[in-house]
Amino acid sequence: MATNASTSNGMPPNEIEVRDLCRRFGRQEVLRHLDLEIAQAQITTIVGPSGCGKTVLLKHLNLLLRPDSGTITIEGVEVTRLGNRALDAVREKFGMLFQAGALFDSMSVFDNVAFPLVEKTNLKSDEITARVNETLAAVGLDGMGDKYPSEMSGGMQKRAALARALVRRPRILMLDEPTTGLDPTRTGAIHELIRSTQKNFDLTVVMVSHDVPAVFQISDRVAFLNHGETHLHGTVEEVMAAEDAVFKRFLAGRAAGDDDGASLAG
Amino acid sequence: MSIAGLIERIGALVIDGITDLGDFVLFLIYSLLYIFLPPYKPRLWIRQIRIIGAESILLIGLIGAFTGMVLGLQGYNTLHRFGAAGALGTLVALALVRELGPVLAALMVAARAGSAMAAELGSMQATEQVDALTVMAINPVQYLVSPRMLAGIVSFPLLTTIFDVIGIYGGFVVGVGLMGASKGPYFSGIASNMDSHDIAIGLWKSLVFGVIVMWVCCYKGYNAERMATGVSRATTEAVVLSSVLILAFDYIIGAILI
Ligand SMILES: Nc1ncnc2c1ncn2[C@@H]1O[C@H](COP(=O)(O)OP(=O)(O)O)[C@@H](O)[C@H]1O
Ligand SMILES: [Mg+2]
Repeated sequence: MATNASTSNGMPPNEIEVRDLCRRFGRQEVLRHLDLEIAQAQITTIVGPSGCGKTVLLKHLNLLLRPDSGTITIEGVEVTRLGNRALDAVREKFGMLFQAGALFDSMSVFDNVAFPLVEKTNLKSDEITARVNETLAAVGLDGMGDKYPSEMSGGMQKRAALARALVRRPRILMLDEPTTGLDPTRTGAIHELIRSTQKNFDLTVVMVSHDVPAVFQISDRVAFLNHGETHLHGTVEEVMAAEDAVFKRFLAGRAAGDDDGASLAG
Repeated sequence: MSIAGLIERIGALVIDGITDLGDFVLFLIYSLLYIFLPPYKPRLWIRQIRIIGAESILLIGLIGAFTGMVLGLQGYNTLHRFGAAGALGTLVALALVRELGPVLAALMVAARAGSAMAAELGSMQATEQVDALTVMAINPVQYLVSPRMLAGIVSFPLLTTIFDVIGIYGGFVVGVGLMGASKGPYFSGIASNMDSHDIAIGLWKSLVFGVIVMWVCCYKGYNAERMATGVSRATTEAVVLSSVLILAFDYIIGAILI
């Protein structure tokens, strides 16, 4: 199997392994026997046409949804059948940046970022203040703690949401379209931030992105999803070199600004 | 359509209906249960009691006053014809304490705080704030719904009591002050004819209505479709369903506790 081959080649071990994952909503099969490996301390980027199941896959990885069948192994623990309490223990390992940011709009940015520490740790309030300010600085938001999410631009909201995802120093960071809705300059800045954060905190990053091909510059590995299956999967070089008609068409459609990518059947 | 197809359709509808009803009931059970389980969040309780209870007092007082005034006016007109204007106080007080107080207070709070609650939870769901709580290993029903449930249970009986008291004085002002019913019998009639059973019925009703309004409005918001139209629909459905259930349970509780 590909996994074994890559491990013996001196590749990093897998932080997350997905096997034969199936999930349907009503009659719609969204994930169809999906396999995927997420390598430790690398950035794995998931790309694919709109509606192909990227967000649904991510929501399975962070245990918001349960699969109909198949397994997900996180750091050697099979998580799909865990009870709620055990799930919460697994959840402590990761931070998540949602597609819509998901900042609590009733709280200031400082309180948003402090929230996971206040709720889930026993840190004292001066320790929390120090940690929050440090994390805000790391995402380039020093001194912005008093603002409310509604007073900030889209790019700043993403940074604040990233700070909240990072504040408990997770091992795994999941990002759902961190740059959607941002202009190219801001997109580049957020990409830089993701790369530097990954290095600084030695994170395993799983990212869903629409910014093809720009996002490949900061990615180590790429998974191309189509119709709920992993169509292509490998290092950026391997995937870009692959002679695959469907992937080529996806890239061409992206370059032409075709946001639906709906014409990928067959 | 074939008979088999029709039966299949109906069967699917029935199963969906039962599943939804099961979710609806489980939602109530969990949101009540989590009030008693740690972590306890007094800050959230107080905040919700402020939003649902304290901020409703003015409205409740206003509606209570007008309701009492209408009762004073119409009650005097009716009783006067039978020469029984002395019973005015008893009539106003019993109507308010047993029926109108709990029902109108609940309808008002459903319209004011319940709709806002459904909209708030619905938009939190639509913008993935609820998912964000789950991913942070925080139980969203316990964090978002249980404090509102507790606030409803605490606030509704108190709001109803305020409604009743202001209503009784409103009836006094109109019936005695304007229409000329005699002053003494108004309050002494209440004291001698209303017993603790009447008050208990009113309080039980307000307690049940508090649970119903919080339950329905939180459930509708929490399960709103994740888009703007989903939020607006949830808000409407929350108020309509709360109102229907309030009136239905008003009858049921009245019939049981008679
Ligand atoms: N909770 C849900 N209920 C029903 N259908 C859903 C749900 N979530 C996602 N879907 C469907 O699954 C498909 C994949 O969605 P998604 O993963 O969000 O796509 P994307 O790859 O653009 O992120 C879509 O067709 C969507 O309609
Ligand atoms: Mg998506």
